[in-house]
Amino acid sequence: MNKAGERLINGLIKENPTFVLMLGMCPTLAVTTSAMNGLGMGLTTTVVLALSNVMISLLRNIIPDKVRIPAFIVVIASFVTMVELLLEGFIPSLYDALGIYIPLIVVNCIILGRAEAFASKNNIILSLFDGLGMGLGFSFALTCIGAIRELLGMGEIFGIRLMPESYVPFSIFVLAPGAFFVVAALTAIQNYAKIRGEKKGKDVSKIQSGGCGGCDGCSSSGCEPKFYDANAGKEEK
Amino acid sequence: MSDLRKVSANPHVRSKITTSTIMLAVVISLLPATIFGIYNFGFKAAVLVVVTVASTVLTELLYELAMKKRVTIGDFSAVVTGLLLALNLPAGAPWWIGIVGGIFAILIVKMLFGGLGQNFMNPALAARCFLLISFTSIMTNFETDVYTGATPLAALKAGESVNVYNMVIGKVSGTIGETSMIAILIGACILLLLGIIDLRVPGSYIVSFVIFLGLFGGHGFEWNFISAHLAGGGLMLGAFFMATDYVTRPVTVKGQYIFGILLGLLTCIFRVFGGSAEGVSYAIIIGNLLVPLIEKLTHPTAFGKGGAKK
Repeated sequence: MNKAGERLINGLIKENPTFVLMLGMCPTLAVTTSAMNGLGMGLTTTVVLALSNVMISLLRNIIPDKVRIPAFIVVIASFVTMVELLLEGFIPSLYDALGIYIPLIVVNCIILGRAEAFASKNNIILSLFDGLGMGLGFSFALTCIGAIRELLGMGEIFGIRLMPESYVPFSIFVLAPGAFFVVAALTAIQNYAKIRGEKKGKDVSKIQSGGCGGCDGCSSSGCEPKFYDANAGKEEK
Repeated sequence: MSDLRKVSANPHVRSKITTSTIMLAVVISLLPATIFGIYNFGFKAAVLVVVTVASTVLTELLYELAMKKRVTIGDFSAVVTGLLLALNLPAGAPWWIGIVGGIFAILIVKMLFGGLGQNFMNPALAARCFLLISFTSIMTNFETDVYTGATPLAALKAGESVNVYNMVIGKVSGTIGETSMIAILIGACILLLLGIIDLRVPGSYIVSFVIFLGLFGGHGFEWNFISAHLAGGGLMLGAFFMATDYVTRPVTVKGQYIFGILLGLLTCIFRVFGGSAEGVSYAIIIGNLLVPLIEKLTHPTAFGKGGAKK
């Protein structure tokens, strides 16, 4: 069970899909106009991620290697369709706010990435917790971005007015450029914390995403070690 | 004289002109427009100019102190950015607009990309566009104690007639520094005579703007219409002081002409077909973004390379 807990922490912090892996940027930038939208998108993705991870883990010995990507997509698309219909039926306001980005969860690279890098190689319990961890990390990041954008752009968080009446909102933060500003600033703060930790001599390989278990099968070549560790790229040559 | 021969690496020829002398000259040549703006709009404009310049200089100073970098406020580039930004604000804007704009211009657009020489777009214009998108109602409210009603360009767009004589003098509403064509041209002449800017970018910008306006403006080459468009809005200020920014214009000669023509086309499109009456600032920052591409296309061939193809 310890390992399962580790998967949760991994997704939330060490390999946070938004701030560390830089995956799923399209929904991150597009729907985080408010904290509520960010949370909604995050939780929707979490449900799909956890379910598809479990299903793919179950089928991992049956799916032929050559057609694994189409098979993953079919599984993910089925879950997305279910979630979409549920949202439309029960939370129509969120359904309207997220719009086209719900069907687009199918091609969210976090989900396909975890299916490829983790669920197709590990057992069901671990895959479930990996999906939950990644999904919660994504939700956390999206909620943070949404909250900051909503606070600066409208003066409120979750619709509750926090800024004084005299505050004139920066409407740019609820428009597209604001998303880039906030994501960049939050990533910079996180990297700053990591670099500081590195200087203090902590064992950063544990904190950084460089030590991720899924790297062997991970097809992404732009993975993290290059980001922080200047020597990471050189060793390979 | 000692017999020691000094062996040094290049450059061997040095100019006495430094960044700070150039920037100081730009500040001086902006003074006519600034002084006219303050005369035109009164005390509030003066406060806004001072606050904006102080905000850009302080931001640069504090950032460099915090990051333990060499303090570069002595090169006056922050003053130029602050002054240009202030001249692009409406006189009725509250003082904090200048502070927010100044911080954005220096911190986000200039320092985070590496300081002077590294910024990919004009900091003052980027800040103006940031403010324009963020605080649209404040930034497009040109009503002051002195003037009420629309800017000449907005009036022109609405089909009303405008007084071109007043526009050339500058006795119209608008942003602090853009109204007086004469004051801006005096400053531009100073820069041209000192050789700090040349006419490639502003010349091709203004000429191409006139041609495109004649073609697409719907009024043909009607003298009143064209001259109102030349004197109105930020065209003169933009063409002489912002499009000519060394950092964000192309370095190749051919590229500078292409850049100018592109700005003329974009400004004409924004003014004629766009939703708002003015388009100079957006035209210039979009032009700034295309500069790397223009430079790549117009990269000169090194001597001895290329030549006749076999």
